[in-house]
Amino acid sequence: MPTTAQALPAAQESCAGSRLGAPATPSLVRDTQDLLLRVENLAKSFTLHLRGGLTLPVVSGVTFDVHAGECVALGGPSGAGKSSILKMVYGNYRIDTGSVRIADGDAFAEVADAAPRQMLALRRARVGYVSQFLRVIPRVPTLDVVAAPLRAEGVDEETAKARAGTLLARLNLPERLWSLPPATFSGGEQQRVNVARGFIGSQPLLLLDEPTASLDAANRQVVIDLIREKKAAGVGLLGIFHDAETREAVADRVVDVTRFEA
Amino acid sequence: MTDAPLLTARGLAKYYGHRLGCRDVDLTLHEGEVLAIVGESGSGKSTLLGLLSTELAPSAGSVTYRMRDGATRDLASLSEAERRLLLRTDWGFVRQHAEQGLRMAVSAGGNVGERLMAVGWRHYENIRSEATDWLSRVEIAAERIDDDPRTFSGGMRQRLQIARNLVTRPRLVFMDEPTSGLDVSVQARLLDLIRQLVEEFGLAVVIVTHDLAVARLLSHRIMVMKSGRVIEQGLTDQVLDDPREPYTQLLVSSVLAA
Repeated sequence: MPTTAQALPAAQESCAGSRLGAPATPSLVRDTQDLLLRVENLAKSFTLHLRGGLTLPVVSGVTFDVHAGECVALGGPSGAGKSSILKMVYGNYRIDTGSVRIADGDAFAEVADAAPRQMLALRRARVGYVSQFLRVIPRVPTLDVVAAPLRAEGVDEETAKARAGTLLARLNLPERLWSLPPATFSGGEQQRVNVARGFIGSQPLLLLDEPTASLDAANRQVVIDLIREKKAAGVGLLGIFHDAETREAVADRVVDVTRFEA
Repeated sequence: MTDAPLLTARGLAKYYGHRLGCRDVDLTLHEGEVLAIVGESGSGKSTLLGLLSTELAPSAGSVTYRMRDGATRDLASLSEAERRLLLRTDWGFVRQHAEQGLRMAVSAGGNVGERLMAVGWRHYENIRSEATDWLSRVEIAAERIDDDPRTFSGGMRQRLQIARNLVTRPRLVFMDEPTSGLDVSVQARLLDLIRQLVEEFGLAVVIVTHDLAVARLLSHRIMVMKSGRVIEQGLTDQVLDDPREPYTQLLVSSVLAA
C-alpha cells in the first residue's frame, strides 16, 4: 500500500523536547504510519499596516511531529508564539513560509495552501480545536452547541445529543443549563462547554489551547481523564498547558517554542 | 461533496459609463457554501451581487450556473423565461428593504403561496398549509397569515421574506444586507434563524454585508472588496483573525469585537 505517508522522510525530530515522566506504555513505534501531523520550518510574522507597516516576528523554523496516541505540549513563556503555532495548524492564521501537513486518509493535506473548502473538510474530519474562549452563537442551546461537531460528521441528532449530555455530565455542568444558550454562563461553565464541544468529535488530531485555564481541580481532573482517553484511542494531541500539573499529567514530551524565536 | 461548483464567475466587470462598478472578479461557489462579500458603501459589493444574480448585465466576463438537471449554463445565454423560472424556483433573493422583496398589499400567506403557485402548486388547501408551515418556521404566528406585511414590524417582514424565498427549496440564495436597519436584538434573532435554515437545507448563499460580525456568524468564506476590486479573500475566520491587506486590517480594527 504505497502512501504519501511512507514517501515522507523519516521523522527528523530535530527539536524533540525533553521527555516528561514515564509514559504508561513504552514509546510507540514512531514510524510514519502513525504520523498525524508534521510541521516543518514554519514561520510567521505579523505586519501591522495601521502602525506604519511595523513587522512583528513571531516564530521561525518551527519543526516537530505529532504521532497517534501521544500528547505533545508546546512550552515557553507567554508571547513565545505557542497559540500562533496552534492557530496556523488549524488554518486560522496564515502560514508565511514552511509546511503543516495533516494526515488525511492515505495522504497528507498541506494546510499552507489548502483552499477554504478543503480546510473546513479537514476541520470536520481530521483536526479538532479547543480554544480558550467560546464564541457564542446567540439562541443556540448548550446541548446543540456541543452536539454540533458530531452532527457535522453525520451522526444522527439523538445519538449526538446523548453523547453531548454524557460529556456535559462528566464535566459537571448542571443539566438545567443544557437547554440554555451558553452566552450568559460563567467563564468556567463556558470553558467546559468548549471542552465538551472539542472532545465530542472523532478527529484523529486534537489541538488544545489551555483547556483547563479557568477550571477548578475536580473539572481539571475530568479534562486530564478525557485527554488520556483520547490518547488511548490513538488520537494525537498538541496542546498548550500553562498549568504544570496538567502538563505533567498528560504530556509525553514538550516542544520548547523559545528555540523557534524569530 | 460534489466537486463541480454551483456558481462560477470569471473576469466579471461592470462599468456605469466610465465609472467602475467592479472588475476582475473570479469566484466559485459550491453547494452548501456561504460566501460573504464585505466592504464599505461604494466598494462594488452590491454591483457584484447584481451581476451574479443576473439583475445587471456584465460589461465583461461571465457567470455560469449548474442547473437542477446537472447542465452548467452560461447565464447570459438563458432566455428571459428560463431566467425568471430560475429566479422563482432554484434561487432566492433576500433584500435589505423588505418592501422590495415582498408584495406589500398581499397577505403574508399570499406572499409565500405566490412562489408555490409559480412552480405549479394549484390546490388551495395545500398551498395554505405549506404557507402556514413556513410562517411557523420563521416564527410568525399562524393567525397573522391573512394580514398584509404593511402591518408587520421590520424583523417580521424580513422573516416573511425568508419564508417567501425558501418555500420553493432553492439551492442558492442571494442576500443583500438582510439584517441592517434592524434593532440589535431583532438582528440576532434573524441571524440565528438564517443560520439554522442555511444548515438545515444546505443552502449556498452569497451575502453582501458591511457588518463583519454577520459575516463571521454566517459565512464560511469571505471576499473583501475595495474600489470595485476583490483585495483579499479566504476562510472567514482566517481573514478576520489574520487580515493581511491594510484595508482589511482597518475594517477589522474598526469593529468593536467582531
